[in-house]
This record gives sequence, structure tokens and C-alpha cells, in this order.
Amino acid sequence: MADTTMTTADGIPLKVSLRKALMRQKLRALFLVAPLFFFLFITFVLPILDMLFRSVDNSIVSDILPRTVMVLEEWDPDSAALPPEAAFEAMVKDIQDGYEEKTIGRVGRRLNFENPGMSSLFRKSGRRTKSIEEAPYKDALIAIDDKWGEPETWRVIKKLSPTITASYFLQAMDLQETVDGDITWQPDDYRVYLNLFWRTLVMSGIITGLTIILGYPVAYLLATLPLRTSNLLMILVLLPFWTSLLVRTTSWIALLQTQGILNDLFVFLGLVDDDNRLQMIHNQFGTIVAMTHILLPFMILPLYSVMKTIPPSYMRAARSMGANPALAFVRVYMPNTVSGVGAGSILVFILAIGYYITPALVGGRTGTFISNYIATYISGAAQNWGLAAALGIILLALVLVLYLLYDKIVGIDNMKLG
Amino acid sequence: MKTVLRTTAMAAVVSAAAFGTAQAQDLTIVSWGGAYTASQQKAYHEPYMKMNPGVNIINDDSAAEGLAKLRAQVESGNVTWDLVDVVASSAITACDEGLAMEFDPNEWLAPAPDGTPASEDFFKGTLTPGGTNCFIPQIVYSTTFGYRTDMLENKPTSIADVFDLKKFPGKRSLEKNVANGNMEWALIADGVPADQVYEVLSTPEGVDRAFAKLDTIKDHVVWWTKGAQPPQLLADGEVVMASAYNGRLFSAIAEKNQPIAMMWDYQVFDLDGWVVPVGTKNLEAVKKYLRFATDTQRLADQAKYISYGPARYSSAPLVGKHADLGIDMKPHMPTDPNNAKTSLNLDYVWWADHREELNERFNAWLAQ
Amino acid sequence: MSLPAYAGPGETIWYYTYRGICALIFTFLIVPIFVIIPLSFNAEPYFTFTPEMLSFDPAGYSLKWYEEFFTDSSWRNAVINSFVIAVCATLISTTLGTIAALGLSQSAMPFRTAVMAMMISPMIVPLIISAAGMYFFYTRIGLGSTHLGVILAHAALGTPFVVITVTATMVGFDRSLIRASNNLGADGVTTFFKVIVPLILPGVISGGLFAFITSFDEVVVVLFVGSVEQRTIPWKMFSGIREEIRPTILAVATLLVCISICLLTALELLRRRNERMRGLSPG
Repeated sequence: MADTTMTTADGIPLKVSLRKALMRQKLRALFLVAPLFFFLFITFVLPILDMLFRSVDNSIVSDILPRTVMVLEEWDPDSAALPPEAAFEAMVKDIQDGYEEKTIGRVGRRLNFENPGMSSLFRKSGRRTKSIEEAPYKDALIAIDDKWGEPETWRVIKKLSPTITASYFLQAMDLQETVDGDITWQPDDYRVYLNLFWRTLVMSGIITGLTIILGYPVAYLLATLPLRTSNLLMILVLLPFWTSLLVRTTSWIALLQTQGILNDLFVFLGLVDDDNRLQMIHNQFGTIVAMTHILLPFMILPLYSVMKTIPPSYMRAARSMGANPALAFVRVYMPNTVSGVGAGSILVFILAIGYYITPALVGGRTGTFISNYIATYISGAAQNWGLAAALGIILLALVLVLYLLYDKIVGIDNMKLG
Repeated sequence: MKTVLRTTAMAAVVSAAAFGTAQAQDLTIVSWGGAYTASQQKAYHEPYMKMNPGVNIINDDSAAEGLAKLRAQVESGNVTWDLVDVVASSAITACDEGLAMEFDPNEWLAPAPDGTPASEDFFKGTLTPGGTNCFIPQIVYSTTFGYRTDMLENKPTSIADVFDLKKFPGKRSLEKNVANGNMEWALIADGVPADQVYEVLSTPEGVDRAFAKLDTIKDHVVWWTKGAQPPQLLADGEVVMASAYNGRLFSAIAEKNQPIAMMWDYQVFDLDGWVVPVGTKNLEAVKKYLRFATDTQRLADQAKYISYGPARYSSAPLVGKHADLGIDMKPHMPTDPNNAKTSLNLDYVWWADHREELNERFNAWLAQ
Repeated sequence: MSLPAYAGPGETIWYYTYRGICALIFTFLIVPIFVIIPLSFNAEPYFTFTPEMLSFDPAGYSLKWYEEFFTDSSWRNAVINSFVIAVCATLISTTLGTIAALGLSQSAMPFRTAVMAMMISPMIVPLIISAAGMYFFYTRIGLGSTHLGVILAHAALGTPFVVITVTATMVGFDRSLIRASNNLGADGVTTFFKVIVPLILPGVISGGLFAFITSFDEVVVVLFVGSVEQRTIPWKMFSGIREEIRPTILAVATLLVCISICLLTALELLRRRNERMRGLSPG
């Protein structure tokens, strides 16, 4: 029977040739993408992974108190009794090592996050254990500070012995794990993060809403005017877009200050008393106004590009069939712009919840976002990298969820920037 | 400790030998910015650079986040700072955590002109706060209040006036820091005698009481983080009263002629000085600079530019007039009897122990 | 969309009201940009118009803040840092981004959506998270407080823009041109430089401009990853605003607005060239 498989000119079956050619093309495409891929992996993805690592990393306790951690493995934290003498001996030796190497302060700080007072306990013990040379360690340690005689102290140490901990994530969601292993709410005075996330989301929502209200009319005007005029007016949208964020925030400070331009204008027009000037800065109002201004171009541009694709004949058809202009607009035009509104909203929302600079400068105490708190935990007085990392990961998760929504509505490939 | 000193000294000698032939030696000195850094620049850096043309001093104004950033640098092993200006309680923490170098004062610091060794010339106890040996005191400063003379009908005279919104309406500005007076002032304004403040603050009820008092003005407070902010807020008219480092208020009043006056009631005295980061790359250069910048005349010179008191006994008689304005500095010093009728010494050892936990409570309180 | 001849009174009123509303919104957009320009000439160190300025009294105006900007050495260092970092970061991101975009627009590209998502993720991830992560990681590997660290960070942040604009340009790219070029005997490299590059150049340049402005204007990452030696213009403005509101910042802001106007013009010219090259009328 004759061979019926198709072949190329050099006798190789067509299928094989095609597959080889396709493989070559794929490899070439991958080869082109590879440099950026590896570059981003090292400079961008690894940092995010490092953050994830730090949000659960707790190796500090087992690194600095190795002997104690090992001995405490045997001890039952639920029993009312103190750990055995061996634990006290281990602790004394660990503290002595830690004091020599100056690491004892660090582990005290870590434990202090869970049980306030541990920091000073370790500091005090660090200085005084130098003189303890031999048994009985238990009495000697308790003599330095009563806290060593409380099972609670040892329970906390045991609880924080594992190298991985969920405590930062729990704290970031206003929860805590008691020594018994139950997960409960933090005490009222410390419950702030859920509220902060909520406040960030609400303010971002308000900002998004305002950009829709302000951006829709402008986008419609730009989309329907003749090209020459609309290009000219477009400059009024693009110039803020291209102006530095700090320049825009600075102008808003100048405008909104208590003794600033707007207040001066209002007093001049008699709308406001000189003694009773409007407080428009260092609060939520300032953040919302400034950020609406900054993010408005991000709403106008996607809306404009969608509106430009709607043929004007739709509206004319609707009117020719008897609809009045308002009805035609609502029933025919607006539904076609929904994808633009959706794309713009999600873009603005995602940008808004991650903002740091503007809330830091005009937000005061009540108008700051979660990102400002993350920054405080990195380089502020209450330094707590684990908590900062956990808050950051939660924020990232929120944004990824929204981003997937954006992909569903618009598609990543279709992102246009005007 | 000796092994640490010895190894560091050896490393320093090796690195000094390696870099000894470098043309320009950069020293990164971290301080608080604004008028304070300007005074250090004029009194310490410029004279030193003139005497040592090969040295270039770079000012980094992030001392407000100094402890946190220092921790990050030492832990990562990449220390770029050479000298850090810190308050006493931060110095205690830095020393305990192994972030600051320990030293022998008589080895590193210059004696007084009359021969008194450094360990006896600095104010008693200031070289060893909380039992540590890492701190080189520079100044005694105080945190106190300034107010707009033209925006208030009644002039505030006591700390309770800060919390009185009826008689003294308007916004206040307080430091976004739990450990520099806010707690103490709240308790004193609530009636606690000044000598019992830390006793009360050591109890949970005392802490609650302080926060409750602060709650009464919470919505009227603009919080500042950097020393230059409160005089700026006062000058802009954003607030009518603000707590600030006294020297910054002096600069605003005397040098810039702002309509601001001081309210010294229960000013909080504190110490400010230098620590040397562990692992600094320029130890020999820093030591040389330190010996110069902390000697008797230099500390007195700084007082010519800003109203902070030098921390050496031998410097006090040398304090004279303002270098540019010619006014007598003594009446503007926080330690002047007219200003120090009522005052509170910040218990920096207590704060070194309790700062972390109260900070958590304070941050949570701010966010609510 | 002018007023049609058959418009009734209601429609006419609405027509002018609508235009009025849009005018207000445009004012809202543009006034904050331009209001600082006159303020930067304020003779007093205030952020608001003094009576002398409002009555156009020449004594109320002064160039001293511009003078201060040009003579202060820390501002000069900030300008140098800003430009050096932005230019290096732009070069890196444009090169890598263009090559990657070429690969992404190949029809045979496997996992395109996933790879595309990863390439534009620096644009999506909130800046504070990127900055914090980079701070943690770069200090670990010794790049903290170095110029190189900041440049790499900014390059990472700028690549999504290049990728997006170049892939958008490649969408309308006529593949037959490549085949024609090969047909005429050119090898891959010659084809690339003589055929592909001239046609995608507008996309590459506009992506590069986006990347440049992103790096030039970026402050959060520099705050975390850099230290005082890498201080850039936005950083100095940020710390200046927090501490001492001197009109020098307004002078810098005015200069930055001028730069924005130049960039905008450059982009507009590019867009027109692009349309001309594609045979579309410039309208």
C-alpha cells in the first residue's frame, strides 16, 4: 500500500515538520520574553515573596533561645506547674549567650508584641544573669524577677517557639490566639485594622464614585465633539495626568489650608467668618478631594476610549423612533458605556486603595489609608516588620481579587491608556 | 564587652588602613533637621570640615525614625550611618539591642579645659542612662508649648489650658509620639501631682486615665512627626497651640519674628546625644569627629545658635550671646529659673522599658 | 455635536447647562495645576496670595525662590539624582520591555495571558507593597541605600508601560512586511532594525516616556529603598512639604509643570506621526 502521509520537500512528514516549526516559534517567543521575565522575577517577584516570608517568619525565638525551646517541647503549657529546672537552666544559659552577643533585646522585643512586659523582663534579666554560675537556676532566675515564676511567661515563650507563626496575620485582622489556642478578638483598645481596611475601602469607593460623576460628562463631551476641539480640550485632561503627583498634592495643600486660598476666597466673598474657617485639610475631606482630582484622568481616559467606539447613529436612530433625548441617552447610550465605566472604576479603585503620598500629606489622623500604617510599621517608632508584611499581604490579596474582576470585565490585553 | 571592643577596633584599624589613602572621607551624620541640624552644622560640622579638609559631612535628617532605621541597618549587616543623634531613652534601647557601640568616655571624649576627665564633666548620670555605656550626651532640651499671641483671646499659662477647649478654642498640635510628654501632661492636667506621674502611669488605670484626658481634645489635634512642623503649623495659623522642642520655637520667635510666645508650664526635660552604630564603616573618623564635636567649647558654641543647654558643667559659663542676632541666650534656655518654675524630668529609663507597649496602645488609639 | 436646528427650549437650556458643568469640571482639573505658578513668585514665605500680590504690586513678587532652587546644593544633587536614576531606569525598562513585547505578540506565544499578567503586575500591585517588599529584599541582598537598587526598582516599575504600549503598537503591525523583508534576502537582525524598529518606534518612545515620568515622579520606593544620597526631587518636595513649607517647593513645582507640558507636546507630536505613518488622517 502506498504511503499516504504528506511530506515536505525533504521527505520529512508534514506533521513532524509543522510541529518542529511551531516549537521553534514558541521557543523564539519564550526566548524574547525571558530577559524581562527573569529581571522582574528578581527585582519584583522575589521582594513580594520575601514579604510573604516575613509575615509568617518567627525563627527569631528558636534562634536566640535554642536550649529553652528544646526543653519546653516536653513541657505541657496547660498544666498549672512551672517548667522543670532544666528549662530554667536552659533559659539562664540562653540569656547569658544572648547578652554576650547583644541579641537578647531583639527576642525580648518579639515576645513583647504578644505579652507586654517581656521586653523589660529580658532586658533586666540580661544584665543580672551574668552572675549566675550554677544550680539552683530556678530560684536564682525567680529572684531576679517574679515574672519567671509565673507559668504565663513560659506559656508565651512556648507559644512563640515555632519558626512559623500566624500571629501577625491574626493581629492584622484584629484577632489574637490565646495561650489555650483559641482565636478571639483583640481587646477593644487594640482593634483597629479591620476598621482601617474598611475606612480605606469606603474612602476609595467615594473617590471612585466622585470620579464617575465628574468624569462621565467630560468624557461624553470629548467623545462627541469634533476631533480638533476635543484634542484641544483633551490637553486639559492630560496635563494633570502628566503633572507630578507631588505638584498636585502641593497645590491642594495651598488651596485647602485653613489660611489658604479657598478659605481666603470664601472669607472675601462673605461665605465664611474669618474666625470660623472651613477645615478642609488634615481630615478625610482633604484626602477625598485631592485624590479625586488626581485620579479623575484615570477615569476619563478609559471612558473616552470606550465612548469613541459608540457610533453616533445609535442615538439618532433612537430619536428617530420617537424617544426624547433623555430617554435615548439612558436606554441606548449608557448601557453601551458600562464596560468603560467598569474598567475606569476598577482602575481608579485599585489605585486609590494603595495610595500613600496624598493621604500622608493631607489626611491628618482620620484621612490616612492602610498604606500609611504599613509604612509606620516599617520605619516608625512602633517598628514591627512582621505586622507590616502581614498587612501588606492582605492588601495585596484584596487588590488581586479586584484585578481578577477587572480581567473578567475588560481583559488584560485590552488595557488602553488613551 | 572587651572582645567586642577589641574586634571592632581591629576591624576599624584594618578598614582605616584600607581607606586611609582616600581623598574625601564621607561621614553620614543623622540628626533631626531644620534649625537643630543648622545649629550643628554651624557649631560642629563647618569648623571640623575647615580643620580637616579631607572630611565631608553629610546630613541625614531622619533621626525621627532613627532607631527603626538603625535596627534595619544593623540587622541587615549594611550600616551606612556613622553617627546618630538620639534621645536618651532611644539610646538605652539601642545599646540593649546591640545597635550602638559601647565605649569608655575617658578614652573617646575630651576632658574639660581645666583637666576634669570627661566622665566627670558631663552632667552626673548622663553618660550611663539606664546602666548603658553607649550614649554621648550633647544637650538638655525640653518639649514645651508655643501659642499664637494674635489668635487667642486668653493667653494660656498652665498645662491644663491645653486641654481647655472652651477658654482656648482652636486646634492644637501634639507630637505623634507616646514617649515625649503627652501622657505626662494628660495626667498632670487631670490633677496628678508631677512627682507621682510615672507611678500612676505604671498602672493600667493610670494609662486609661491619660488616654481619657487626651480623648477630650483628640478631634482638635493635628499630629506632628518632625521637629520643624509645629512652628510651621503655628506660623501658618493651622493651630493655635503646639508642643515643640523649645529650641525650634526660639528660632521661630527670635529669628523669624513670628507672633508666637512660649508657655513653659511643666516643660518636659530630656537628654539628647549621639550614639555610634555598631558596624559603622568609618569608626576612626567618627571617633576623631566626636572628640572634637563634644568638647567644652563646641557644646557652648551650639548654644549660640539654638536655645538648648549644653550637657557639660564646663560649658555652661561659656554660653553667651546669639551668634547672628546678638541677644543673650541665657533667658531663653529651658533651664533658666524664669522658665523652669515648673518642670518635669522625662524618666527615660522608665520609657525605655515601657515605650513598646504604650506605643502599641497609642497607635491603636490614634487609629480609632 | 452642536445644537441641532430642531432643538426645543428645554434642550437648549440643557445644552448650555451641560457645557457649563463641563467647564466647571475642566476648571477643577486645571486650576490646581496653574494656581501654584503665581504663588511661586510670592515675596513672602507663605503659601497664599498676599494683598500686595492681589493688587499686582511688584514688591509682592520675587524670584528669590527660583534663586534658592538653583543655588542650593542639595536641590542640585536632587536634580542630578532624579535624572540619572530616571534615565538609567528608562533605558533598562525600554530595552527589556520592547524585546518582551515582541515575544508576547508572536502568535505562537504559550501562556500569553499568564505571562502578560506577570509583566504588568508592577503596575497593579499597590506601590506601598512593592516599596516595602523591595526594601526588605534589597537590604537582604545588600542593594539597600544604593543608586543601583533604586534604578533596578524603578526599571521594574516602568516596564509594564513599555510592554503595554509596544504590544498595542504590534497589534496593528502588518506581519507580511516581515515576510516581504525575508523574501528580499534580509536576515532576522537586519529585518529587525530596518523594518520592525521604525514602525514600532512611536510605541517604544511613548512607553519610554511613561517609564521616564514614572521614575522621575516616583517617591515611595525611593523613600524606602534609598537613603539620603539617593534623594530625588519628589523626595525633597515630600519632606519639604512635611517640614517647612517654603515657596521653593512651589518654584520646583512650576518647573515640573513646564516639563510636563513639554512631555505632553512630545507625546502629541508622536501620536500625530504615528497616525500619519499608518495612513490615517490626523483629523
